[in-house]
Amino acid sequence: MYFTLKDENSLIKCVMFKGYTSNLTFVPKDGMKVMILGTVSVFERDGVYQIYAKAMQEDGIGDLHAEYEKLKAKLEAEGLFDSSHKKKIPFMPKCIGVLTSNTGAVIRDIINVSTRRNPNVYIKLLPVPVQGQGAGEKIAKAIETMNEKKLADVIIIARGGGSLEDLWPFNEEIVARAIYNSELPIISAVGHETDFTIADFASDLRAPTPSAAAELAVPQIEEVQEKLSSYEYRFKNALVKKVQLMKLRYQKCMASKAFKDPMQKLNEQYMLIDNVVKKLEFIITNKVKDEKTKMIKTISKLDALSPLKTLTRGYAITEYEGKIIKSVEELREGDKIKLTFKDGTKNAQVI
Amino acid sequence: MEKANFEESMQKLEKIAVELEKGDLSLEESLTKFEEGMKLSKECNEIIENAEKKITILLQKEGELVEENFTPEA
Repeated sequence: MYFTLKDENSLIKCVMFKGYTSNLTFVPKDGMKVMILGTVSVFERDGVYQIYAKAMQEDGIGDLHAEYEKLKAKLEAEGLFDSSHKKKIPFMPKCIGVLTSNTGAVIRDIINVSTRRNPNVYIKLLPVPVQGQGAGEKIAKAIETMNEKKLADVIIIARGGGSLEDLWPFNEEIVARAIYNSELPIISAVGHETDFTIADFASDLRAPTPSAAAELAVPQIEEVQEKLSSYEYRFKNALVKKVQLMKLRYQKCMASKAFKDPMQKLNEQYMLIDNVVKKLEFIITNKVKDEKTKMIKTISKLDALSPLKTLTRGYAITEYEGKIIKSVEELREGDKIKLTFKDGTKNAQVI
Repeated sequence: MEKANFEESMQKLEKIAVELEKGDLSLEESLTKFEEGMKLSKECNEIIENAEKKITILLQKEGELVEENFTPEA
């Protein structure tokens, strides 16, 4: 095969012998961009340098890279990769939807890892082409189908590793938008650890491999069960402790004097009251007695002072016009006076 | 209880455990919490135990999406 390689400013003649052309994976056409591996030598007859090509590859990759970066920048600016839009992956999804090829290692790995983590897992595979023309549209459609009928609680979009061209459907805008618009959370696992596709950026969670995606979607059921029983243990333990504490407090209470002999305290109080009452009684009796003696004394004193007593000894009270006369000066001759004796009164006249 | 609430249930279980372990609830409150926790834990366990293994494939058949059992090729 003879051809000429050129760019804007120069050209060089090339030849590729039959032994090498049979290895070509495409039919070179005029205007195609290619990469060539070969040696440069002089074709003596014409006196020109030419390339003896041994391998030829289509040079589309440079363009794909540029397209990838351009789309990534555009969607990023639009907010399709915003972390605020990312949905939480459910801890215990009832059903895991998987979008991948129904053949090959990817689905097998996902099923193996998932069933190992949870033997009773529910996986729903919606097969999609993962490379080639039209794959992007089909992947996007599958995401929509899953969402329309809410066919799963979480979706894994997966594909094994490959070249940039192989992974291309996952770098298509239509897929990125479908992922962004999905109401179901999506875990992407496309390519290998280091290859980030646009789908990876748009998804809610990116797994480095399909197996890792399964690990992220399916909880280790034994761990969950262990955790549940540890909770039950903690509950029981806490309750037992609580009851023990209450019992201790009860015992302490019961051991206290008040509960040990509740009547003792009461009796003590009764005794106290009795004493007071007795004391009171004693005081009152004494008081009464005292008062009585005092009264008798007073009465006898009164008796001694009584004028009647004096009268019995032969004295008389002289009154003039109702006034007791204490001096002779108070009386004149002829005054009519009244004399009171112990047993009565007599009228008299001063002479 | 829906399975989607499993995570919430787990969080609730943790909360109950912490509350119970603190020990400052009354005995009656402790009992109520204990019963609530045990019930929740049982429900979670039932969800796990009642789950069935299902590996299926969705296929387009005459315009309808049909779910069939799926076994990956070895």
